[in-house]
Amino acid sequence: MAPSRGGLVRRLGGWRAIVWQAGLLLALAVLALWLAGNARANLQALGSRTGFGFLGEPAGFDIPQTLVAYSPQSTHARVFLVGALNTLLVAGLGVVFATALGLLAGLLRLSRNFLGRSLATVYVEAVRNTPLPIQLLIWFNLLLLAPPPARALQLLPGVHLTNRGLFFPWAGTAPRLEGFGFTGGAALSPALTALLAALVVYTGAFIAEVVRGGIQAVSPGQSEAARALGLREAGRLRLVVLPQALRVMIPPLASQYLNLTKNSSLAIVVGYPDLVSVFGNTSLTRTGQAIESIALIMLFYLAVSLLISLALNGWNARLARGDRR
Amino acid sequence: MSLAPDSPADRRSPLRRAVPLAAVLLAVAVAGCGDDPAPATATPQQPAAQQQPRTSQGAVRESATLRAVRSRGRLNCGVNHSLPGFAYPDNRGVWRGFEVDYCRAIAAAVLGDREAVQFVPVSPTERFPALQAGEVDVLIRNTSHTFSRDADLGFDFAAIYYFDGQGFMVPRSLNLRSAAELAGARICVITGSTTELNVADFFRSRGLAYEPVVVDRVEQARASYARQACDAITDDISGLASTRSVLDNPQAHVLLPDVISKEPMASVVRQGDDAWEDIVRWTFYAMVLGEELGATSDNVEQLRGSSRDPELRRLLGADGQYGRMLGLSDDWAFQVLRQVGNYGEVFETNLGARSPLRLQRGLNALWRAEQPGLLYAPPIR
Repeated sequence: MAPSRGGLVRRLGGWRAIVWQAGLLLALAVLALWLAGNARANLQALGSRTGFGFLGEPAGFDIPQTLVAYSPQSTHARVFLVGALNTLLVAGLGVVFATALGLLAGLLRLSRNFLGRSLATVYVEAVRNTPLPIQLLIWFNLLLLAPPPARALQLLPGVHLTNRGLFFPWAGTAPRLEGFGFTGGAALSPALTALLAALVVYTGAFIAEVVRGGIQAVSPGQSEAARALGLREAGRLRLVVLPQALRVMIPPLASQYLNLTKNSSLAIVVGYPDLVSVFGNTSLTRTGQAIESIALIMLFYLAVSLLISLALNGWNARLARGDRR
Repeated sequence: MSLAPDSPADRRSPLRRAVPLAAVLLAVAVAGCGDDPAPATATPQQPAAQQQPRTSQGAVRESATLRAVRSRGRLNCGVNHSLPGFAYPDNRGVWRGFEVDYCRAIAAAVLGDREAVQFVPVSPTERFPALQAGEVDVLIRNTSHTFSRDADLGFDFAAIYYFDGQGFMVPRSLNLRSAAELAGARICVITGSTTELNVADFFRSRGLAYEPVVVDRVEQARASYARQACDAITDDISGLASTRSVLDNPQAHVLLPDVISKEPMASVVRQGDDAWEDIVRWTFYAMVLGEELGATSDNVEQLRGSSRDPELRRLLGADGQYGRMLGLSDDWAFQVLRQVGNYGEVFETNLGARSPLRLQRGLNALWRAEQPGLLYAPPIR
């Protein structure tokens, strides 16, 4: 079962390569140990606490939006969970909407309609070439410009737009103006709206370019053949061009999804309680254990990113198999 | 110096076992990022934490931070970036405020020049790492002295320079009489501060619901409050007065009478450099003693020559050699009072009647003032 010794050595590139690789590995390990020891010694010299014991302590602060039960008596571990779920929520919604927007804008950029093509071009170029934090602040301040509850804008019966969020009927109750603002119904918070809008608009522009590139990578002969077969425009796109473009699009698309997920860590700019905001900021200030907190956050983003890559690679592999059939 | 034992904590934590090698590697990577610049910058912030202050040649003790400040020629002072009255750059870029003047007083005491300060603006979340990493020598940034910060974070609190408390500001038009009437309200609060914890405690202990609107920066809290995206804003009362002074119509907003916490604002130094902590503490006491003994920036020059009050003569370096016990020159307090002024002067200029904030002395009056406060400086002996 195991290859012969000679075979193994050959597979690793010969003895000389093995020595080099082992040396490099050793050097990396020594460097890592030295850095860890250094950090530990400095932290101890400063009298700082280390370790993960703080996760079991009560957090003491409130979080505006929680998908699971949470109170200030909950632990920092719970804060991590709440923040992680909020991150996944905004990333999940963001991926769906950004894909839709990107697909639309990408197709428009290739359309023969001058107005549509120009609009899409302006959108892509303007959004891709300005920094995301600036866009986030613009969205945040735009939402603040909405009227306060007393002068709420009624968009539809029961649907009110205010600078405290979009209120709409939910589970049988309609929002009404009472006390300090609206009660009843459900609301889309300005923080989530601003963050989602910024992420979707920003990533959508990149996805539009991915879509355009993918479609242009399909040989024009395919389109011509489809037309020769008598397929209409929509059928040509849906049945012939997009399936082939998809294979080119998936790897860059995956990287855009990763970017969106990682960019969601800018949430603190608009006060959305994502993982970095509640755990990497508030909990961290409370406990002072920066190395442990940041390491856990990095681990979370690493895991999510690897899962997204894995899923999209799997999809790509399935498409590739379909291609050979 | 207390060494924090980390292994018991590790063993207790189930997560430690669950997290595989990757976590360790990541932690190391982060640690590496944090550590590397320190040795490279050559400036002796690192030794400050590592070397114990030694007792050498009688009472003169060697402070690593003092040596670093001297060789650098300026003090690095961590301050707020936008808290009118306490610390803010004015429209010509000159730093002003009560906390800024405390920084200048330390520079005057240590280097003999109130201008020898580099002001380092830090956010609530950045402030502790900045101090820990040695980016600043002292943190004077409306930081409340609390138990866990003192015991757990590896810092020492040198002196409480302002006794504050947390309150609420609401639009006058709401006609509220107390914070208990804020049930169900949206309240703007800045993250990374004790205010976030106090407001949670306040409402939870009364069984009231509220909706926190948590933002990262005071500017965003102000903008949200000004646009009525939240009904109330909570902060230290001095901070609310500061916020009110920059709102469009300050008269349209009132501070509720409730004070929901004690916020003793203190200067913070790294734990382990006791001699430096003494300098930061006694610079503050010198300002308080100056007010108590009637020495102002205007008359201190003359008083040094003419005063017959023995305590004042010791303070100003006319008698005895008190300055060198701190490792400073003997006219250290004289320089503080001449170049910056006493506590009362600094308060009136930045926070009191001569400022837009118009704060009362309140708890921050001298212990023997007509309406006594809590300021009490030990004697120079």
